[in-house]
Amino acid sequence: MKTETGYVAGVNGNLIKVDFDGSVRKNEVGYILVGDKRLKGEVIRINNGEVSMQIYEMTDGIKVGDPVEFTGELMSVDLGPGLLTQVFDGLQNPLPELAEQCGFFLERGVYLDAIPDRDWEFTPTVKIGDRVEAGSTVGTVPEGLFTHHIMVPFTLKGNDWTVESVKAAGTYNVHDTVCTIVNDKGEKKDLTMIFTQPVKQAVKCYAERLRPNEPLVTKIRCIDAFLPVAKGGTFCTPGPFGAGKTVLQHMQAKNSDVDIVIVAACGERAGEVVEVLKEFPELTDPKTGRSLMERTIIICNTSSMPVAAREASCYTAVTLAEYYRQMGLDVLLLADSTSRWAQAMREMSGRLEEIPGEEAFPAYLESTIATFYERAGKVRLNDGSIASITIGGTVSPAGGNFEEPVTQATLKVVGAFHGLARERSDARKYPAIHPVESWSKYVGVVDMDRIHTARGILIRSTEVNQMMKVVGEEGTSSEDYIIYQKGELLDAVYLQQNSFDPIDQACMPDRQRREFDVLYDAMMQTYAITDKKEIRAFFNQLRQEFLDWHGTEFETKEFEAQQKKITDFYMSKVG
Amino acid sequence: MQKVYTKIESIVGNVVTVRAEGVRNGDLALVGDSYANVIKLEKDMVSLQVFAGAQGVSTTDPVRFLGRPMMVSFSEHLLGRVFDGAGVPRDNGPALTENMIPIGGPSFNPAKRILPNKMVRTGIPMIDVFNTLVESQKLPIFSISGEPYNQLLSRIAMQAEVDIIILGGMGLKYDDYMEFRDTLEKGGAMSHTVMFIHTAADPIVECTLVPDMSLAVAEQFALEGKRVLVLLTDMTNFADAQKEMAITMEQVPSNRGYPGDLYSCLASRYEKAVDIEGAGSITILGVTTMPGDDVTHPVPDNTGYITEGQFYLKGGHIEPFGSLSRLKQNVNGKTRDDHRALMDGMIKLYAQYKESLEKKSMGFNMTEWDDKLLKYGELFEKKMMDLSVNIPLEDALDLGWDILADCFDPVETGMKTSLIEERWPNKEALA
Repeated sequence: MKTETGYVAGVNGNLIKVDFDGSVRKNEVGYILVGDKRLKGEVIRINNGEVSMQIYEMTDGIKVGDPVEFTGELMSVDLGPGLLTQVFDGLQNPLPELAEQCGFFLERGVYLDAIPDRDWEFTPTVKIGDRVEAGSTVGTVPEGLFTHHIMVPFTLKGNDWTVESVKAAGTYNVHDTVCTIVNDKGEKKDLTMIFTQPVKQAVKCYAERLRPNEPLVTKIRCIDAFLPVAKGGTFCTPGPFGAGKTVLQHMQAKNSDVDIVIVAACGERAGEVVEVLKEFPELTDPKTGRSLMERTIIICNTSSMPVAAREASCYTAVTLAEYYRQMGLDVLLLADSTSRWAQAMREMSGRLEEIPGEEAFPAYLESTIATFYERAGKVRLNDGSIASITIGGTVSPAGGNFEEPVTQATLKVVGAFHGLARERSDARKYPAIHPVESWSKYVGVVDMDRIHTARGILIRSTEVNQMMKVVGEEGTSSEDYIIYQKGELLDAVYLQQNSFDPIDQACMPDRQRREFDVLYDAMMQTYAITDKKEIRAFFNQLRQEFLDWHGTEFETKEFEAQQKKITDFYMSKVG
Repeated sequence: MQKVYTKIESIVGNVVTVRAEGVRNGDLALVGDSYANVIKLEKDMVSLQVFAGAQGVSTTDPVRFLGRPMMVSFSEHLLGRVFDGAGVPRDNGPALTENMIPIGGPSFNPAKRILPNKMVRTGIPMIDVFNTLVESQKLPIFSISGEPYNQLLSRIAMQAEVDIIILGGMGLKYDDYMEFRDTLEKGGAMSHTVMFIHTAADPIVECTLVPDMSLAVAEQFALEGKRVLVLLTDMTNFADAQKEMAITMEQVPSNRGYPGDLYSCLASRYEKAVDIEGAGSITILGVTTMPGDDVTHPVPDNTGYITEGQFYLKGGHIEPFGSLSRLKQNVNGKTRDDHRALMDGMIKLYAQYKESLEKKSMGFNMTEWDDKLLKYGELFEKKMMDLSVNIPLEDALDLGWDILADCFDPVETGMKTSLIEERWPNKEALA
């Protein structure tokens, strides 16, 4: 390992200029030695023989002349068994362990091993002489619910490698060599259960990328039926503050039908991460019956942590997602919020004195966002199994105005847009996803033709509502008024969901289809009532019956009885 | 071995530059007799920000580096005292130099936080019922200039159950500062209050130090197990001071002249709010005045993304729309079983009242339903929203049911039948 050294020549916020001799790579990691502390940083520019580094820590106390060590390695994360259930900061420092060592505050310059130093039950899956390449599995260890694959590092070059030796089944430490591979040139490599992977390079160890065509069930009616997300797809959730982006994302993290969930809290409140931290271990995953935490990794770079590490945190998260995808699992990555990530880029860009683009965001904003979302996808791995990464990012547009650069750049590359609306959240409608302005290119759990029709009624209903504001209720025909009420009914009993109700907060696809069947039928009827007061009373009653239906357990006696009650009720008014 | 430098190379705004060696980023220095801190190093050129402003600084003024970062004294002696943004007493009391602690310290480890779970009762129904304040919450009061935000702040301060109050005043009018002092003294709260006051007449750099000073002290009290309430007024002045300094430093502005790191600047202060496992807590209430009543202005906008909700102060009362306490879910499930449903139901109806009001103002015929809503809205505003209403939470909830029963039939409220059966005041109406 080479270690070049340099010396600090200037300090401007978290940007450090360094004089150096010898060779320095762009994006390599370096450490500034301040007293007995080593502060991590990344080379982001080399200009006129001077290196600019962004420092992932507070830069107070650094002085001109402090030595700098360059490591020659790109910004990387450690991959191996034991990542699940952990809470990391943006640089993959485990936060609970850090708290044990440093107490209440995040002391700078302390970097701990991300992978716990422990033994695992190793079972080899290759034998001597087998051909391997980057991403091949050489053995497995059981990690909680999953069979964790021990793989050949993704950065291995060439396809002329064979297994020279492999350990027999047994218990080994993560740092023990479990397999040795050799190539045609006679170069040897010892593989432990851990390897490193640069975070800014997408992992491409798969046979082919597939079209995301299978719905990812979130148990949120409004999303699954009307604005679906697909496994391997991408979606974004922009919304003004207080519209419930994070709450919605936490519901997705809890209820989504995937194997692994990675939550990247990027530049947001620490309190929200604590909610996940304290809540998830106590919730059970209905699919496996185990604690939700066992399928979760949290990357947490909160808004008060140094801004450069915020930029790294999204990449750290997606690299961990790719690692688990390589094992044939479906991974959901939820990033909250990509705007903070973009702002971190803006801050660095400003310090580098680059020519600013729109709203002072750097010119490479769009391509960077696109590259990030493109790391999602459904793939067929080399061993034939299908796996996926789904990426959902929240966007926090300045002033709640979607015409700003980060939202627009994101909308260009995602497959579904769940725009949250302030007027809906103000009226306490959850989820506050705007049903008319949002869109999705994926296929949902209910057949799309009827969804399309229902959406048509909804749009018509908002038009009538607009019109009524001008001409008043008395100037509206009762046919139009019924359409308006039908739209309101759809909104109140299907698009909205009670997140506090233990039954209604998670709605299974079967139930979604059943409820939609009844609601659709009710909406398709022609009602023989003309008096507006009567119409309103009828729909109020119908809404009440539906809400009570939501409170009953699926396919129980009460459920069926309530369904019949609803059907009988609206059929009595059909004319 | 303090070396004195006597050749200042440049003076731009409040920033002076001097050639010096071995200086660390963030260190404190004396320029003449005014404090300054190091904000940028470029080879041997050291840029310093002068707290008292660079007005009148001469190129031959002595610059002495103190070899330590900005600090504030911390002890019980702080209580009842008033300081300025640089930590100098402004109440004619003695200067404090014992037990100096650095300001703007590192971030709290999220793994050591606990879920906020203690309600702070205020006796104001718009807060207690609809947007419950929770210990360790960070909450701004969005307000137009002219609204009684400082009065509201001091009223919450007087009524909230906390051990220590720290008031950080930024760009305060002198009379406002006096009013705070008088109110707290009269209420007997001064003995557990520390004030860091920057008035509108003071140097701008000191304004940016006020939150850091206040929060550094708050943090120490919290670590000692105290429940601390930090009141910051007005954070828009703080942001404007940051803007002024960023422009002087020739930073590229991002939005309406504010620096690109405005979000991080505000967040690193607000994020100091914490409930510490096995110790005390910090709750932050800040005032953010919205220039031109525009919530999309960068300061309220960025603040809204950082804080856990917000109170809108408009027309002398806390607006039900837009006002939000994100942490209320943590506590309002344990208060009374009807709290959440009533809160949601009443707001939904109030939203419909607003629509009817709009219809009425446009001269449309009012239906019977509209009339019900209008009656409801008026009652709601009079009995619930008025800031002078001071009743415990339970009474406020009962009052809510009374108002509903006064105006509507049970089925019109959109609430679960079981809850209506239990709580509806007039049981005959249910038959």
